[in-house]
Amino acid sequence: MNWIALKMLTGNQGKYLGIILGIAFASLLIAQQASIFCGLMRQTCGQIRDIQGADMWVMDANVQFVDDVKPLSDTDLYRVRGVPGVSWAVRLYKGLARSRLADGNFQQTIVLGLDDATLVGAPPRMVLGNLFDLRKPDAVIMDLEGYKLLWPGEEPRVGRRFEMNDHEAEIVGICKASRTFQTFPVVYTRYTQALDFVPNERKVLSFILANATPGANVDEVCRRIETQTGLRAVTGEQFGWITMDYFLRKTGIPFNFGVTVALGFIVGTAIAAQTFYLFTIENIKQYGALKAMGAGNLSLLSMIVVQAMLVSVIGFSLGIGVAAWFGNMATAPSSRLAFYMPWPVFIGTGLAVIVISVLSSLLSLRRVITLEPAVVFQG
Amino acid sequence: MERTDPEPLVTCRDVTKVYGTGNAQVEALRGINLNIYGGELTMLVGPSGCGKTTLLSVLAGILLPTAGHVIALQTNLTHMASWRRTAFRRINVGFVFQQFNLLPTLTAAENVAVPLVIQGQSKRKGVAVAKTLLDKMGMSDRVNNLPGKLSGGQQQRVAIARALVHRPHLVVCDEPTSALDAHTGHTIMELLRTNAIEGDRAVMIVTHDPRIFEFADSMARMDDGRILSVERRDGNVDQQYVAPAIAG
Repeated sequence: MNWIALKMLTGNQGKYLGIILGIAFASLLIAQQASIFCGLMRQTCGQIRDIQGADMWVMDANVQFVDDVKPLSDTDLYRVRGVPGVSWAVRLYKGLARSRLADGNFQQTIVLGLDDATLVGAPPRMVLGNLFDLRKPDAVIMDLEGYKLLWPGEEPRVGRRFEMNDHEAEIVGICKASRTFQTFPVVYTRYTQALDFVPNERKVLSFILANATPGANVDEVCRRIETQTGLRAVTGEQFGWITMDYFLRKTGIPFNFGVTVALGFIVGTAIAAQTFYLFTIENIKQYGALKAMGAGNLSLLSMIVVQAMLVSVIGFSLGIGVAAWFGNMATAPSSRLAFYMPWPVFIGTGLAVIVISVLSSLLSLRRVITLEPAVVFQG
Repeated sequence: MERTDPEPLVTCRDVTKVYGTGNAQVEALRGINLNIYGGELTMLVGPSGCGKTTLLSVLAGILLPTAGHVIALQTNLTHMASWRRTAFRRINVGFVFQQFNLLPTLTAAENVAVPLVIQGQSKRKGVAVAKTLLDKMGMSDRVNNLPGKLSGGQQQRVAIARALVHRPHLVVCDEPTSALDAHTGHTIMELLRTNAIEGDRAVMIVTHDPRIFEFADSMARMDDGRILSVERRDGNVDQQYVAPAIAG
């Protein structure tokens, strides 16, 4: 019976395409908006992901997210180093500086000051230059996207000089860095050099990066740091989730994207359900004839389910394909759009499409089940 | 004059069918008694709205009567669960509809194969059997055509082949010639008589087309939900219907 169902469906090309487009539109909107949302959330903790080599982030107990810097005193570093289970701990500065370009324009820039001796937290992917040139006076490493923002259309090169807060800086390297939520350029430099670039303050230590001794339980060490110092100590992954949680709770971003995803779901369901129902109504006499000829309700239900499955698979594939194509463009080097499609988005969109097709076919199923085969004798 | 024929294939006893409730109640059949015999073509004739199609639906096991009994092939359809009646129809009943009701996206052969597929046969086997039957009905050059590419007469031939392909005991036809011109209607009736009438098969036709009355072995005249008379080809009238008709 399934081949009859498929021939009935594909033979009516207008309706067939209409249902597919409805589902494709819904899955595109759901997948694309969810992926942009994930991309934005991922950008909020991009800098945390880029700081590698340290098990733990230690910060003021009231820090809510990565940009919420509450300076520590230098003695906090020594207290952390004294906690049993801590193998090493180093300083990290994070702040904003105002870069001045050759044409007189200004641009806010994120400054990351790395521990002078170890350079822990250095960018993992260099595009140009050498990481160890950071030890030169006024040296900074800038991220590629930031460089393109400051000097659009120009080929990246080392040796370029510019001003940050009226202090001269020299670019000794170009690196790849995750896009930040604010989309500001990111500049890496030594901790002591960073202090030259930023205004003088009594406390300047933003974060402490620490490692646990080999074999030690990192969570347990974090707990000990918190108990002994009163500071907050978390793993990089935990800090990422804390940051995302802040944006989820304190901004309207999830709600806005949620509304769009819900609209996609509702509109997609409405289009698919209406077209599918119209398709069934259009074929109601055929279903009646099949019923009269002895096709049971189960056979007819299976026909409708097969039809719904076919349009769902094609619609979902089209929608997710277009969303992925959009994502491919969005993540191109020249683009500054946020897009990240983790597997739960793929699975979630698939589930949403299943729900849409179930809802769409329910009306049709009901119509066919309650159909009196005697309808075929009505003129 | 009472018939002394063998056991009827289908028997209706005091069949009543009421649609709706309260003031909207319509009595479509009022105490119908009728025997349908194998090897015969029986026509149900009468004016529009007299209950012909309702009676056909009841006889085919599509509708349940409100009262009375329908016994087909020694099985009382009125006591059957819906799914068992569906299974009964699947094996024992073939249908020819007024508007053909062919599936427009299936070829002629595929349409004819549908009853076999409903019975669980594969598409390949079903289509092979369907092609043989269509060939027998002079449609060998149209087996792969969609219904939209066939004339009305050709579509009705396909519909008849579909009704016969699974060798049912009862073939019910609802106005099979009303959508056709006189010549084509005549041809279709000849085809039906040639191919459908067999000893263990009864053909029942609802019609108000007098041009095809000549093909009937017996003709039941209906009006207002009652059978007025049943006439046989030899001119005999089944007397059991005369009295109630006059009384009514």
